[in-house]
Amino acid sequence: MFDVQKIYRATSVEDAIRALHRMEGSILISGGSDVLIKIREGKLAGCTLVSINDLQELTGIVMEEDGTIKIGPGETFTRITEHPLIRQHIPVLGHAVDQAGGPQLRNVATIGGNVCNGVTSADSAGALLVLGAQLEITGRDGMRTLPLEQFYKGPGRVDLNRGEILTAIRIPQKDYQGFGGHYIKYAQRAAMDIATLGCAVSLRLEEDRQTIADYRLAFGVAAPTPIRCRKTEAAVMGKPVSSRLLEEIGQLALGEVSPRTSWRASKEFRQRLVCELSGRATAQAVKHAGGETL
Amino acid sequence: MTIINMTVNGVPRQMAVDERESLADTLRNRLGLTSVKKGCEVGECGACTVLIDGKAVDTCIYLSLWADCKSILTVEGLNRPDGELTPIQRAFVEEAAVQCGFCTPGLIMTAVEIVGTGKTYTREELRRLISGHLCRCTGYQNILNAMERIVEEAHKVAGK
Ligand SMILES: Cc1cc2nc3c(=O)[nH]c(=O)nc-3n(C[C@H](O)[C@H](O)[C@H](O)COP(=O)(O)OP(=O)(O)OC[C@H]3O[C@@H](n4cnc5c(N)ncnc54)[C@H](O)[C@@H]3O)c2cc1C
Ligand code: FES
Ligand code: FES
Repeated sequence: MFDVQKIYRATSVEDAIRALHRMEGSILISGGSDVLIKIREGKLAGCTLVSINDLQELTGIVMEEDGTIKIGPGETFTRITEHPLIRQHIPVLGHAVDQAGGPQLRNVATIGGNVCNGVTSADSAGALLVLGAQLEITGRDGMRTLPLEQFYKGPGRVDLNRGEILTAIRIPQKDYQGFGGHYIKYAQRAAMDIATLGCAVSLRLEEDRQTIADYRLAFGVAAPTPIRCRKTEAAVMGKPVSSRLLEEIGQLALGEVSPRTSWRASKEFRQRLVCELSGRATAQAVKHAGGETL
Repeated sequence: MTIINMTVNGVPRQMAVDERESLADTLRNRLGLTSVKKGCEVGECGACTVLIDGKAVDTCIYLSLWADCKSILTVEGLNRPDGELTPIQRAFVEEAAVQCGFCTPGLIMTAVEIVGTGKTYTREELRRLISGHLCRCTGYQNILNAMERIVEEAHKVAGK
């Protein structure tokens, strides 16, 4: 038995929002793979839950008229990895969430839960950041949209007010068309482990297939929240791909991250990983973008 | 208490469950389906794995009320009328993939999902597909041998 006071099963997003307001201190639960673990650990003893598990309104992966890919936050990691639109247009996301936990976890863990949990190790975060993900957040007074980058407020803290629900994740066409990407999760085990460091790259090449036209770099566990390295990105644009550039990217990125020592790894080791993985992920992304193998 | 309707091992059931209950608790305590084991109860070991609408799920971190209108399959549901084992179970026995047996029902259910695809998998792919299960006895080699064997047998029949 879970140590909870009450569980309310919402029948719609609107119903869930009302319930969150009605029940003081209630917590939203989707796939439950973060919330139920916390309850098992005794962290949320006696809490009230509002379940949005399986709400049809929150599922679906579709392409909107302008080419934007809209992902329902209730979609599981398994469904995202297997979905034809994801495989065709943003494979980096499908690959990233396929690194989380094991198969049974990926069958229940949702991308919305991964985003809203707000931890720096979330495997979807890096890929969503480099894909310029836009979040649609719905509350009692309507909807607002903000880039994922602005959603993080600190470790495990996100910009959600009481009674607000993430209702869509959107990837604009300008942020994926012509891009190639890659995500590397470095962990101590090949499965069922949280990232020691995660690195995501997405880039577009000029027609010469050698010059970088657009470049995005993001890390997980390199700072208190997932981060994008804007300065490094700016420095790389317009440069030809070379092994020297890959080294330069690592060095530049080091200036933007602030990893810490944890039981998993030391700060110094994580800094090594920042250099090494950014180069490797970039090389792979170049390949995926149609460039030469380095 | 909440009323839920679910199909368990082919039998439609309407039952009253405590909304704080995990599906592992419901299946074990209310339906006596003790093949569903409780190891870690935090989604790490896979001992509580069953198929929900054909997908392997850890029932220790799944609320019973979510199972409303869903179809559940446990090892008990694999039983044949004549008492014979399924080819998957037989492969586990013959390849000595079972020692204490605690992890076995969960692994069998994952195997059912994998074999159901009718695809072939390399040993490395199978390793990844069973990564949500912990076995403290066998060292996994015999489990992988059994998996390789049944995946191959199924592929010969289904042939995708
Ligand atoms: C064994 C195990 C291994 C794991 N391994 C990994 C891993 O390798 N990588 C990884 O990234 N994660 C991992 N996780 C963590 C977890 O599975 C993921 O973070 C998952 O994506 C959470 O999704 P959920 O739907 O299960 O979340 P829930 O537990 O339902 O919710 C998580 C948080 O998000 C909030 N929330 C959920 N949906 C919404 C919404 N639509 N709007 C607003 N708020 C919302 C909830 O209130 C809660 O605070 C693991 C968990 C377990 C148990
Ligand atoms: S008991 Fe459910 S995963 Fe261990
Ligand atoms: S046979 Fe004992 S845990 Fe696997």
